[in-house]
Amino acid sequence: MSSETNDSTATVLRDNAEVAEVLGRQYSAGFITQIETTGLPPGLNEETIRQLSAIKHEPEWMTEWRLSAYRHWLTMEEPKWAHLKLEPQDYQKISYYSAPKKKPKSLDEVDPAILDTYDKLGVPLHERAALAGVAVDAVFDSVSVVTTFRKQLADAGVLFCSMSSAIRDYPELVQKYLGSVVPPGDNFYAALNSAVFSDGSFVFIPKGVRCPMELSTYFRINAQNTGQFERTLIVAEAGSHVSYLEGCTAPKRDENQLHAAVVELVALEKAEIKYSTVQNWYPGDENGKGGVYNIVTKRGECRGDDSKITWTQVETGSAITWKYPSVILRGDRSVGEFHSVAVTHHYQQADTGTKMVHIGKDTKSKIISKGISAGKSNNSYRGLVEVKKSAAGARNYTSCDSLLIGKKCGAHTFPYMEVKNPTAVVEHEATTSKISDDQMFYCRSRGIREEDAVSMIVDGFCKQVFRELPMEFAVEAKKLMEVSLQGAIG
Amino acid sequence: MLKIENLHARVAGKEILKGLTLAVNAGEVHAIMGPNGAGKSTLGNVLAGRPGYEVTAGSVEFNGVNILELPPEERAAAGVFLALQYPVEIPGVNNTYFLRTALNAQRKARGENELDSMAFLKTVREKLKIMQISDDLLKRAVNEGFSGGEKKRNEIFQMALLEPKLAILDETDSGLDIDALKQVSQGVNALRSPERSFLVITHYQRLLDYITPDFVHVLADGKIVESGDRTLALKLEEHGYAWVKEHEAGVVGEPA
Ligand SMILES: Nc1ncnc2c1ncn2[C@@H]1O[C@H](COP(=O)(O)OP(=O)(O)OP(=O)(O)O)[C@@H](O)[C@H]1O
Ligand SMILES: [Mg+2]
Repeated sequence: MSSETNDSTATVLRDNAEVAEVLGRQYSAGFITQIETTGLPPGLNEETIRQLSAIKHEPEWMTEWRLSAYRHWLTMEEPKWAHLKLEPQDYQKISYYSAPKKKPKSLDEVDPAILDTYDKLGVPLHERAALAGVAVDAVFDSVSVVTTFRKQLADAGVLFCSMSSAIRDYPELVQKYLGSVVPPGDNFYAALNSAVFSDGSFVFIPKGVRCPMELSTYFRINAQNTGQFERTLIVAEAGSHVSYLEGCTAPKRDENQLHAAVVELVALEKAEIKYSTVQNWYPGDENGKGGVYNIVTKRGECRGDDSKITWTQVETGSAITWKYPSVILRGDRSVGEFHSVAVTHHYQQADTGTKMVHIGKDTKSKIISKGISAGKSNNSYRGLVEVKKSAAGARNYTSCDSLLIGKKCGAHTFPYMEVKNPTAVVEHEATTSKISDDQMFYCRSRGIREEDAVSMIVDGFCKQVFRELPMEFAVEAKKLMEVSLQGAIG
Repeated sequence: MLKIENLHARVAGKEILKGLTLAVNAGEVHAIMGPNGAGKSTLGNVLAGRPGYEVTAGSVEFNGVNILELPPEERAAAGVFLALQYPVEIPGVNNTYFLRTALNAQRKARGENELDSMAFLKTVREKLKIMQISDDLLKRAVNEGFSGGEKKRNEIFQMALLEPKLAILDETDSGLDIDALKQVSQGVNALRSPERSFLVITHYQRLLDYITPDFVHVLADGKIVESGDRTLALKLEEHGYAWVKEHEAGVVGEPA
């Protein structure tokens, strides 16, 4: 990417930060967009699923796929193993489809209120103002409203569109790969998602192509009582390369909103996928009221030899975060990485980590996890390193660090290892530290204000992970951290 | 410049400073000596505004301002600097970055413009030269894994960079080897100026061979019990603090 494009992206992000400044540095994405919507009434049964599928003009195979997932889901129960206090959900109270009434055919037809929404969020969709060098798929409630730079990408042979269009336009690709990494019955939430997913992004990078720009999806929940169940599928053919970013926000509402997504990545021989997330869903207020339940199944498969998948996530939002971006290292010498910063404040709860499954020979994985807890929040790292018998010479390095701010928060680490091949080397390091009163006084006695001292220390703590993010997003991530740790001391 | 009157302060519910009075004029160097646990570090901490140190009576005026009402960061911006007896480690935070953040925070608070990284590095290089410190320590995290002596030197380096009006050095000489002691002293001397004052807390009269004080005070049991010129330090070295107590009580006359 040229330095010029970097600059313009940075400008947009700076402007976004100014919005945050104006809004008193609170959750700046908490506004509601007034538009007319159509949708399905709350409730879930086979009929709802058929209706959903019909609204989306889906082929018969898709409808059947959904229905079989739904039937499977009915036999399952919400998992209880996470270190989370999560009230059982009433799935009949959720609406499974909400979309802006006006259905745009092109950007010019998109409701100005929606364009305005994305402008305010710092993700302008008009290509002249758009983040140069970043193609955006904007998902508003249940549907993708627009995908930018489609033409430029198509010229390079890259397919980047909403999942709904992919089902219609590239059915053979979708049929081949959908559910091939996360099977519909994988877990309770994945099954639900498979039954009711409304939209999401589809990316296909053909053989040998280096995607000419960053691809990005911006998820926005707007409607009330609506769950967002999006589905993302990224396929990188042999020798291809793609970097993908995901951003998300939701209005402030007193009720909890459910977001249960599934993301599947497939990397064929020598392909590389970098998937970065900056998650900023509404976390609820300082008393723990409201906020998004972010329950996500993210999994990548290094299907080909010498392929590589990197997950980088900065998690500052959501009332509850439940996600374990994982890599199945099937190809020989394939590499999986997971870099994570998870911040919790007030009453937020996070149970996050990763799973690295070594199947191929000489596969390598690296896990860097940084958890920061403040207020009365709870932050858990949960990770599994699994080395199958076939994975001779497998290597894993795991480092888990926790930073506590204040005395009422909690940090927990649950590292699991299952090593079935004696030639494997698995290393694990963990630390827990606190921002001490002595450190605070030391900084202040040098003239640094409390909040700045906290963000300086936190930033130092997270540096290793921020380095993995595209530069502009590292800047954004740093600002988000400052906002989410507002008032953490004193 | 600094006027401390009848200062009483408590730590953890216990009265430590019990009516301390001390005046320091601009440009002066005052040495403070005294037995372990007398309250010397407490005085430094109270002046710097450390939370937990509660002033129960008395006043502290710094350049006409009652600094007891200011939070630590504002005292720093006003020119108070405390080199800690036990400097604190901040893992993950680069030393240079820390210094720049501190300097710019102070400059901003004083309404001065902030230094960009070029200007800042230039200043750093000048100060490194004066202090005869290698820049290795600047590349590392703040005090992390520094030896005792390196921590003390880093404190003095911070002082050189922040250019305070009042520098309180709490046993900066403890733990320094002979060469380092000379270097640190030279650094302090290089910073001496008619506008800058020093409170030098030490147990060793040897430091005062290098940094010549204008006054020497003995702090015992929360008060200044004896003041004099630098010869007082020599007498203390010879006779110990027991003499001060007896002397104070008028039992023994001034030793010959
Ligand atoms: N945070 C604290 N909690 C409890 N007691 C304290 C605290 N800080 C200081 N004290 C007590 O106050 C008294 C004075 O301590 P201070 O550190 O000021 O002594 P000092 O003169 O600097 O001694 P030294 O020469 O050993 O450094 C001591 O009895 C010490 O134990
Ligand atoms: Mg002391």
